[in-house]
Amino acid sequence: MGIWPYLAAGWVLLVALYGLVTSHNLIHAIGCLAVAQSSTYLLLLAVGYRRGGTAPVYSDLTPGTRPVVDPVVQALALTDVVVGATVTALLLALTIQLRKRHHTVDPQALTGLKG
Amino acid sequence: MGPAALLPLAVAIPLLGSALLAVTGRLLSRVGCDIVATAAATAEVVCLALLWTRGGHLATAELGGWPARVGIVLAADPIGAGLALLVAVLVLAVVVYSWRYFDEPRGQHAGVFPALILLFEAGMAGFALTGDLFNAFVFFELMGAAAYALTGYRIEDPRPLQGALAFGVVTSFAAYCSLLGIGLLYARTGELNLARLGRGLAGHPTDLLTVVGFVLIATALLVKAAAVPFHFWLPDAHAVAPTPVCMLMSGAMVELGAYGIGRVYWTVFSGPGGIPHGAFRTTFVTLGVLTALVGAVMCWQQRHLKRLLAFSTVSHVGLFLIGVALLTPDGATGTALYVAAHGCVKAALFALSGVLLDRYGSVDEHGLHGRARALRPVGLLFAAGALALTGLPPFGTGLGKALSEDAAGHWQPWLPAMFVAASAVTGAAVLRAGLRIFWGLGPVPRGRPGEEETSGEGEEPEIRSPRRTLPPTMVLVPAVLLALALALGCLPAVAGALARGAAAFTDPASYRAAVITGRSASSGAHEPAAGWTTAGVLLGLLSAGLATALAATAVRYGSQPPRWHPAARAVRTLRRLHSGHLGDYLAWLALGVAVLCAMLAAQT
Repeated sequence: MGIWPYLAAGWVLLVALYGLVTSHNLIHAIGCLAVAQSSTYLLLLAVGYRRGGTAPVYSDLTPGTRPVVDPVVQALALTDVVVGATVTALLLALTIQLRKRHHTVDPQALTGLKG
Repeated sequence: MGPAALLPLAVAIPLLGSALLAVTGRLLSRVGCDIVATAAATAEVVCLALLWTRGGHLATAELGGWPARVGIVLAADPIGAGLALLVAVLVLAVVVYSWRYFDEPRGQHAGVFPALILLFEAGMAGFALTGDLFNAFVFFELMGAAAYALTGYRIEDPRPLQGALAFGVVTSFAAYCSLLGIGLLYARTGELNLARLGRGLAGHPTDLLTVVGFVLIATALLVKAAAVPFHFWLPDAHAVAPTPVCMLMSGAMVELGAYGIGRVYWTVFSGPGGIPHGAFRTTFVTLGVLTALVGAVMCWQQRHLKRLLAFSTVSHVGLFLIGVALLTPDGATGTALYVAAHGCVKAALFALSGVLLDRYGSVDEHGLHGRARALRPVGLLFAAGALALTGLPPFGTGLGKALSEDAAGHWQPWLPAMFVAASAVTGAAVLRAGLRIFWGLGPVPRGRPGEEETSGEGEEPEIRSPRRTLPPTMVLVPAVLLALALALGCLPAVAGALARGAAAFTDPASYRAAVITGRSASSGAHEPAAGWTTAGVLLGLLSAGLATALAATAVRYGSQPPRWHPAARAVRTLRRLHSGHLGDYLAWLALGVAVLCAMLAAQT
């Protein structure tokens, strides 16, 4: 696969950054944050990929008979999913609270803090 | 109990305490919650104090019995364990301080606040003690998630929500950048353990992948450390977070970012195949100088007391970054002592601002002018804290600053002037606020309509029964913290222990040997001297004198130059950059990453 997955991961990160910088809706911004996170999945899985490899599950596979993809990066990606879910849930909860109390989800309408 | 058993306990104690409070909080009375939280915080202080005194040069613990090759290793050298101890001391102070501070919601949510504080502590202690890069990312996110929740704790007001959202989005985005960097390093070496990563990199020449990987990992740490231009979230979050949370964020969390940069650089990137020392030193000292200057200028402009203290933290972190980036044992010793003393002093100052918020429902320097004359002891403590912030001997901040200045002066003779200026201006801003609020000196400053600024008026009081008397712990805790800062400067044993720690911190070979083979080899590096010198005392007195003169001038004649002055125009532009908009903050972050990549790539 060569360099393509890495370039794709970088591209996804930049797309997410563009979305975050120009966002007018916090739900959209938090979605962009999740997109930024998917770039990490892409990169991690690309790092562990092996041509012709299968899933590293040895219940129906004799060790050493077939190449397997790297299980470490898969564990990292899983942990990353958990971390991301926590953060996304927390940020969405804050956004809901903001909508309830102040009837806006536009980050550019929040002007309480400056200077 | 040996260090190998104490290490996992240091993370487990606050986690268990937090879980216990979250589950049983609704059943316990208010006093019950306080007892559980205080017991957990005290146990953590005892555990880390034992670890600090008994750990030797480097204590390691292989979790689950897995060796470093496959498993996660916790590793404590005196600097990491010392920082975790600072965290634990501040958490204990915060728990005691907030005993009667919050009139907590009853029923379902009882015990949530101390539970979150303990979770925050677990994340910070784990981050300081881990020897594994991915594990560091997980602890980073744990402390992040707890900190976002704590920042937005007062959900009735829009501003805490705004501050917490900006903080959460910026920090999480940076954390994902650093995970990309970890992925790149894993692709290169197949390792995640810090020591083994350093060894693995040595087999490859330094190329663009190394530089990009390092910058991406550093992004999250720089955001946490609030280095300019990654710092925008910090004043917003500090202005709105509950005071006890500010004490922890300014006192310890931000400093963990600077520690992380030093730790990752020394263990992974300092050898062959990493980032050359010269390139790292030039880049990060530049970043530190910029941070110290912007922080000091912005600090002087503030009237919102918590925001003022937040910018003073930005400025001091710039000085810490310089100390770490010098890459000498002397620089590390000075910075370690400076961080410890600054943590105590800054937490004390935030605690005293909390008293004002509690009494008057405001932290606005202009609105409170002369109103706190009755709180004379609080005012005296506040002034002492301001002078300690400038580095007045014999406070620990003074000794840390003197040692850092000495180390910095050996590399660039003009750097000590930078230290004096930054600490004098930030200390003067705090002193100015104190003189106006507690003594009512000078004319009442006039407002400037149309200017971009955050006033400290109309804050939600953090307690809901305004008629009660001031809880004694709210004055006792800052007094004890200031006494601790004084002790750090006066007890040569502490500075000596930190000097030994700094020698081990800046010796990646012995770290690698201890983690990979499990044998704690004594560090062969020379141990830097860590005591008061005449030059250090004089520079400390100079800072304090300058700060007093500046504060007196500002109180007498007003703190701002006339509007038409070019300096005033430049400052207005700088203030306008702190726009409070999430998009702007992320654009600055992207620019910072690009500039860092370019600077490091050009020098390797």
